Amino acid sequence: MTVKDSPIYGLMAEFDSAKELVAAAHKTHAAGYQKIDAYSPFPIEGLAEAIGFHKNSVPLVVLIGGLIGGISAYALQYWVAVITYPVNIGGRPFHSWPSFIIVTFELTILFGGLSAAVGMLMLNGLPMPYHPVFNVPEFARASEDKFFLVVFASDPNYDAARTRAFLNGLAPRMVAEVPS
Amino acid sequence: MATNTQIPVADRRVPVIAPGHTFSTIGEKISNIVLSRPVSLGWILGFLIVFSMMNMLMVALGYLFIKGTGIWGINIPIGWGFAIVNFVWWIGIGHAGTLISAILCLLRQTWRNSINRFAEAMTLFAVACAGVFPLAHMGRPWLAYWMFPYPNTMRYWPNFRSPLVWDVFAVSTYFTISLVFWFVGLIPDFASMRDRAESTWVQRIYGLLAMGWRGSARHWHRYETAYLLLAGLATPLVLSVHTVVSFDFAVGIVPGWHTTIFPPYFVAGAIYSGFAMVLCLAIPIRAIYGLKDFITERHLENAAKVMLATGLIVAYGYGMEAFMGWYSGSTYDSFLLWNRLHGPYRLAYAALLGCNIFIPQVLWLKKFRVSTGWLWLISFVVLVGMWLERFIIVVVSLSRDFLNSSWGQYYPTKWDWMTYAGTIGLFLTAMWLFVRILPMISIFELRTLLPESQVHEAVEVKQ
Repeated sequence: MTVKDSPIYGLMAEFDSAKELVAAAHKTHAAGYQKIDAYSPFPIEGLAEAIGFHKNSVPLVVLIGGLIGGISAYALQYWVAVITYPVNIGGRPFHSWPSFIIVTFELTILFGGLSAAVGMLMLNGLPMPYHPVFNVPEFARASEDKFFLVVFASDPNYDAARTRAFLNGLAPRMVAEVPS
Repeated sequence: MATNTQIPVADRRVPVIAPGHTFSTIGEKISNIVLSRPVSLGWILGFLIVFSMMNMLMVALGYLFIKGTGIWGINIPIGWGFAIVNFVWWIGIGHAGTLISAILCLLRQTWRNSINRFAEAMTLFAVACAGVFPLAHMGRPWLAYWMFPYPNTMRYWPNFRSPLVWDVFAVSTYFTISLVFWFVGLIPDFASMRDRAESTWVQRIYGLLAMGWRGSARHWHRYETAYLLLAGLATPLVLSVHTVVSFDFAVGIVPGWHTTIFPPYFVAGAIYSGFAMVLCLAIPIRAIYGLKDFITERHLENAAKVMLATGLIVAYGYGMEAFMGWYSGSTYDSFLLWNRLHGPYRLAYAALLGCNIFIPQVLWLKKFRVSTGWLWLISFVVLVGMWLERFIIVVVSLSRDFLNSSWGQYYPTKWDWMTYAGTIGLFLTAMWLFVRILPMISIFELRTLLPESQVHEAVEVKQ
């Protein structure tokens, strides 16, 4: 069943502390739920791993971005100084590579840094002003001091009654349906 | 439970957050300054003053664009004058922000979490002020885009062997990366502000800026990776910027400029003045906005120690310049030293030594590091001293070069002073608005300093 034809997006459980959330995420993942997510007001060590998310591709994006920046900067300088606009300044060689290092370095950093920010946002699917989790009024405190775990309705093991009973077994503050 | 948990004090040092705070009180305290605190009369009066100063900049620049750089005191042989002095001074001040955010982040100095946000803001505003000067100094600022490599009908390209072209790339990269770093740091806090805001419009504005941030564990995972990589990229960048600025001088052959000590000595000087500016701003802000719980004595003391250390590196730089003046056996270099001590700018040089080397030595004493009044005064003195340093480097060297026939004297005009004071106005106007519009301390990073944010059994207090 896909999210689209489901009237609800998933089930949300609210917890009081980071510790409880990590423990609950571990148990939910161990119980065989794959499509789950956890929400917290600040990064929690080990939480992403607890929901089965181990590696992200931001470093690869940054590496590629940085390489593109550095290589294109050097290539541009070489092309300008040697091929299209050679100027003899004090008898220096046209391909005076030590002088080209600085701009190469700066553009490596510039492209790497921009790809880190843009890559992170795009991989996260942001900007996304609307998201079903915001439909739960309690979720406003996800940026404050409360911790949430959501089992998506698209999970193959999802069953409205059984999943609710399972989440209730994790001793949350409350369990709520997330309307889609 | 998250309420009323005291932070265990691991050692006798003052903690980085005062005891008794919870996730909620941190968010409340910081966001309320923006969301619910009424605008005070003091803020309005102060704003009027700094805004008028900023308008003085507009007048000075407007007249400059009509008349040209002839209204300034610059003339051959001193073609650089205030424009370059102030450019280097502002860029230097702009170093503390990224140093605090990036280098101290990599070194896991978690005390940085309460000062990085406004130090980064300070960096952006300082670099913006710095940018005014080279643009204005060009004489024809509307042609500034000629500095960038782009295909044009003149079939002209920049000379990539020139330090001035390197500077364009270094400073514009620095500004962009600082802005990105700052904005990325703000995203989760925008979400906090969105969720706390009462009025619909305020909520919409912060909601737009938060871009739908919902604190998902997957997002945080990528976020932390991206933040760490940005810190890793910004660290060599921050060290490179003033290095490249120093190349503007060191690649030239003028006595007093052509030295290999310039890059490290410039970087140390930049951090020195940057921390001085951080203290000059942090001390009044924490008092006015009641943030002494988050910006504690510990922060001020640490900043004072960084100032003392970098100040000593700067002192070593002066010592080495003087030593090389004697040891090189070069007439021009030894004359430069003599000229600094006895020439027409001797008072400025004496003041520089007092402000940058002698007075800050009192920071060895704890009494001065923890007294806010003294610390503010010393920081101010350092800012003056670092300005004088750039003045001495630019003006004294240019005024007495190799030939007596090309000697000259530099007198700044009222337009020079107005432009300088005007950029201080621009800087302070931006700061004035910043403290009322954005959370000036990173809310989520401060929350990670509470022991409840740690999931491991042995709760480890980050220091």
